[in-house]
Amino acid sequence: MRGQIRIRSVLCKSCGLCIEACPKGSIRISKQMNANSYFPAEFQKGQECTGCGLCAIVCPEAIIEVYREK
Amino acid sequence: MKSEEKVLLRGSEAIGEAALRAGCRCYFGYPITPQNELPEYMARRMAEIPGTVFLQSESELAGINMVFGASVTGTRVMTSSSSPGISLMQEGISYLAACELPAVIVNIIRGGPGLGNIAPAQSDYFQATRGGGHGDYRCIVLAPAYLQEAVDLTYHAFDQADEYRIPVIIVGDGMMGQMMEPVVLPPFREQLPKKDWAIRGAGGGPSRFLRSLLLDVHVLEAHNWKLHRKYERIRRREVRFDEYETHDAELVIVAYGTAARIARGAVKRLREKGMKVGLFRPVTLWPFPEEALRDLAARVGRFFVFEFSTGQMVEDVRLALEGSRHIDFYGRPGGVVITPMELSRIVGRKYHALQQEART
Amino acid sequence: MKQVIGRPRLLKEVPFHYCPGCGHSVIHRLVAEVIDELGVRDRAIGIPPCGCAVLAYYYLDVDMVEAAHGRGTAVATGMKRCLPDRIIFTYQGDGDLAAIGTAELIHCANRGEQITTIFVNNGVYGMTGGQMAPTTLLGQKTTTTPAGRQAGNDGPPIKLVEFLSFLERTAYLARGSVHNAREIQRTKKYIREAFQTQMENKGFSMVEILSPCPSNWKLSPVESCRWIEQVMKQNFPLGVVKDWRGQPS
Repeated sequence: MRGQIRIRSVLCKSCGLCIEACPKGSIRISKQMNANSYFPAEFQKGQECTGCGLCAIVCPEAIIEVYREK
Repeated sequence: MKSEEKVLLRGSEAIGEAALRAGCRCYFGYPITPQNELPEYMARRMAEIPGTVFLQSESELAGINMVFGASVTGTRVMTSSSSPGISLMQEGISYLAACELPAVIVNIIRGGPGLGNIAPAQSDYFQATRGGGHGDYRCIVLAPAYLQEAVDLTYHAFDQADEYRIPVIIVGDGMMGQMMEPVVLPPFREQLPKKDWAIRGAGGGPSRFLRSLLLDVHVLEAHNWKLHRKYERIRRREVRFDEYETHDAELVIVAYGTAARIARGAVKRLREKGMKVGLFRPVTLWPFPEEALRDLAARVGRFFVFEFSTGQMVEDVRLALEGSRHIDFYGRPGGVVITPMELSRIVGRKYHALQQEART
Repeated sequence: MKQVIGRPRLLKEVPFHYCPGCGHSVIHRLVAEVIDELGVRDRAIGIPPCGCAVLAYYYLDVDMVEAAHGRGTAVATGMKRCLPDRIIFTYQGDGDLAAIGTAELIHCANRGEQITTIFVNNGVYGMTGGQMAPTTLLGQKTTTTPAGRQAGNDGPPIKLVEFLSFLERTAYLARGSVHNAREIQRTKKYIREAFQTQMENKGFSMVEILSPCPSNWKLSPVESCRWIEQVMKQNFPLGVVKDWRGQPS
């Protein structure tokens, strides 16, 4: 996989913008509520990530870290 | 102009020059009669002094906020206006007080309310001493009566503003702005106080912010009490007043500013006629010299308050004396200015009436 | 793998209080990134608005000074005149800048004050609960235009960047948006160019930014972004309106 993301779920407000932005459709809303009573976004295991960074660019909370193969 | 040399200056120029010598580096203001000579003087003079900023703002509202901005950086700054313009500045003054920012604001009072006229008045006493803007705050309010006093008070106002981190309001009127008297100018201040609280960019350290929004009620309460304690300190230390012929007076006129000049002339005339009249002249309108007035009331039974308004300072006189003395009031609003002769007749009549009353 | 995107250094580790999908959070991030990339954190001073972003000083790691509603550009003028080498910027909403603060804005821009204004346009008054803003669209329903804004009563929406372009000493004026990744990146470039305008003392700079307000628009964050794409940006065209580098010398 060329890329990887890490979402700081506790701060996610479930706005859904990263889900909309991901060109691979790899992000979804978790069924597990976070401590702030939101259902955070989560990367679906097994889905593809190219490390494009679009999710992080649109994330209002600035809580997505993006990693890419060198 | 060397210090210790007497120069003949117009009131507005004297105030402006004193400010510059006190280290005032910025002037922001908007033209309004009868104080235009002050910004005009500042414009001319500041062009001669490097490192100063003169900017005519687009309104008094903008002007007071430019003052706020300059003050935040730790710069000595002033503005001036007249009554309606000072009304526009009230929001800004509240913010200055809340953020504990120093500034000097000159109000050359004119007839009001509303557009009023451009003649001299003292109808902004409430506005200056009772806040004017919203919230629980005070400004130091200074009322010079003579140009030398205006010079000295203006020069010192910048120190007071910095020491207490408070807006200082200097009130005058069009007569004072226009009159010419010889004054001795103070020297240019070389050393200005350091201001650690100023916001000038984080400069390699942690970032800081200055604000007056304190959403937590307990935090805002604490801030208000902190301001209150500062004001109490100022009340104890900064009162200024003057007395004339009060040592054996049976009736004392209470007046400030131009009204006090006229009252002094009236007292002279009445004394010549053998009447035991004196003058108590507050120089700080806030903090009001209530203790000194009460001390005077220990031996004087009758007070006569004279203002160019329908009666504003008279309320502070009544508050200070708590109804313990006979207090009369004579006022002329709207810019009407009477002569010492006219005032002496009015006070003289009252003096005689009170003597009659005392005999019966 | 190496990290290519992370939380900007100049955003403090404080969770945003903004609503889910609010554009302010994105714009704060862009401002933080630009200030860091330009290396001006130590001499930057920001002035937040009265509005939802009043607490911007909790998030941006630069010195900040709170101003009265609408007065940011006047406060910035006072500051910049005293500290000409600092990077002074205001961050203002549509009430702060396009209503109560417009006179101060016009004169600050006319004088060509060397400051930068970030203008967040979300077409409503957010903090106070969704009333009409000067930038509310005709027909748009708000709490004070329940039947939709009427030109006859309220006038049409104001296009501030175009309005200011007539003033000689405005050097850089652009309108961006944060409703999708492409526009976010473009807007970051506008913000950088605006700050660079100030750094090179070329005159007044402003970036207006269309921003979603899902709470008051009563749309989901994704729908809000769609609304900007399909409706709002037709009324507020995106792009650079004035750029001093394109002016003849």
